[in-house]
Amino acid sequence: MSARLRWRKFVSGFMLTMTGVCALVSVSVLFFILGYLVYHGGTSISWNFFTKLPTPVGETGGGMANAILGSGKLLLLATLFGVPIGFFGAIYLAEFSGSTTAFIVRYAADLLNGVPSIVIGIFAYALAVLPFKHFSTLAGGFALGLMMIPITLRSTEEFLRGVPNALREAAMALGASKWKTIASVIVPAAYRGILTAIMLAFARVAGETAPLLFTAFGNRFWSSGWNQPSASLPVMIYTYAIAPYEDWHRQAWAAGLVLLGLILVINIVARGILSRGIAVPRA
Amino acid sequence: MHASARPAVSVNIPPTTVNAPTRDAQAALTMRMTVSKVNFFYGSKQTLFDINMGIATNKVTALIGPSGCGKSTLLRTLNRMHETVRHARLEGEIQLDGQNILTQDVTAHRRRVGMVFQRPNPFPKSIFDNVAYGLRINGSKLPVAEAVEKSLRHAALWDEVKDHLHKSAYELSGGQQQRLCIARALAVEPEVLLLDEPCSALDPISTAKIEELLVQLKDLCTISIVTHNMQQAARVSDFTAFLLTGQLIEFSPTPQLFTTPGDPRTEAYITGRFG
Repeated sequence: MSARLRWRKFVSGFMLTMTGVCALVSVSVLFFILGYLVYHGGTSISWNFFTKLPTPVGETGGGMANAILGSGKLLLLATLFGVPIGFFGAIYLAEFSGSTTAFIVRYAADLLNGVPSIVIGIFAYALAVLPFKHFSTLAGGFALGLMMIPITLRSTEEFLRGVPNALREAAMALGASKWKTIASVIVPAAYRGILTAIMLAFARVAGETAPLLFTAFGNRFWSSGWNQPSASLPVMIYTYAIAPYEDWHRQAWAAGLVLLGLILVINIVARGILSRGIAVPRA
Repeated sequence: MHASARPAVSVNIPPTTVNAPTRDAQAALTMRMTVSKVNFFYGSKQTLFDINMGIATNKVTALIGPSGCGKSTLLRTLNRMHETVRHARLEGEIQLDGQNILTQDVTAHRRRVGMVFQRPNPFPKSIFDNVAYGLRINGSKLPVAEAVEKSLRHAALWDEVKDHLHKSAYELSGGQQQRLCIARALAVEPEVLLLDEPCSALDPISTAKIEELLVQLKDLCTISIVTHNMQQAARVSDFTAFLLTGQLIEFSPTPQLFTTPGDPRTEAYITGRFG
């Protein structure tokens, strides 16, 4: 074997090993985090964690029921606010708008996507907290919803554009109006992708802490209404993790585990829904 | 029927192509659609020049010509699909049963003039739902299941799919998918069926089936087909229009166009000297 060939074989083997190791590292980060959370927080997870309110310092036991419910309410609000706007905006971009408008809206959405979440928080604070003189669940949902708009919009648009034009023509040639075509053919053909996009947006904002610090604020007790401050898992994790109590640290780990579990479950359910129905084969 | 719905075909044939012996035979025909003085533009580029022709009722009219001659564009104007393209502009008049189609409601018009495309394009739905689609969106009062069966029978597909109507349309072969698209178009009972190179993506056996089908469908509706396959035009059509660079060169009964073409350019094309 010539020296040249040996060198080439070495380079090839080296690159193969390196890419493989990098792939392994990226996967193991997830499992490392998961393992770490289970190790530290697993012991604090009990029935009480899901059903009881937090206890005062020094008392053992207690849970984060209010934060779990609070996160649920916040995410529900955010989804109800952000997803329809992103979704219908994407339909406009993909199906109706001219290329200049589409470019401008797309660019703005990308910028909005890049706005730091703390800035979104200040904005929501100025708009939805200051005028009412109190923190509220609604303001928190509004802040998270704002963050969901650009993610939903951009990915939904991509998936709508991916639907072959032949399907649009087929529906129109049968006498379907533009709107009917979109509602009965285009969106159903792209719904797997759209649902994935919504899931991504959801998972992204589920862990957001900064926008909630001065919108939904936090609450040691059950939130007394949509118009009142509410606890949430990320803020709870933040508060508990920086506190000087060993017991609270364990609770913070457990909250992290629950948050991750929540996102995982929603992902699995969504994938289950995705696997049904008929996919458009790729051309 | 409206008087203007039945002009003699010779009226619409450019002078160079009218052959005396067939004029009497054509006079008895009625025209389902007529195209008068049609000019077509994509932006500033003109792709059709002063087209005048007719689509005879319950006959097959073929549009032939080399790639880019405007045959597909002409076909698409007949059910106004050209309006889905930005910067497309049509001048002139197209009539269906004596009425100008350009002033009609576009969705109502497309219901009357169906279209089958070059590549099979079934919806990502079941076989049944594909055929039922047109009925459902048009709020048809017909019993859907019966109409679906009837359309599938007309498209000679029923026997092959009757046991798995609820399977995905994508599980069918290319030829079956194309017949499904024909069934889907037939379900809304169009007066005219337009086919844009319907066999170009199909194997010879599937092509033969579709050609056979077209001849049978004549009794049901008026057909116009774009094809780049001259043998296909000769086999299935009653009238053939030859287009070249956006102009209608010759429009004659098919046997005549292929045996005694009236224009040297037609002869050059059908004998394979270009195109």
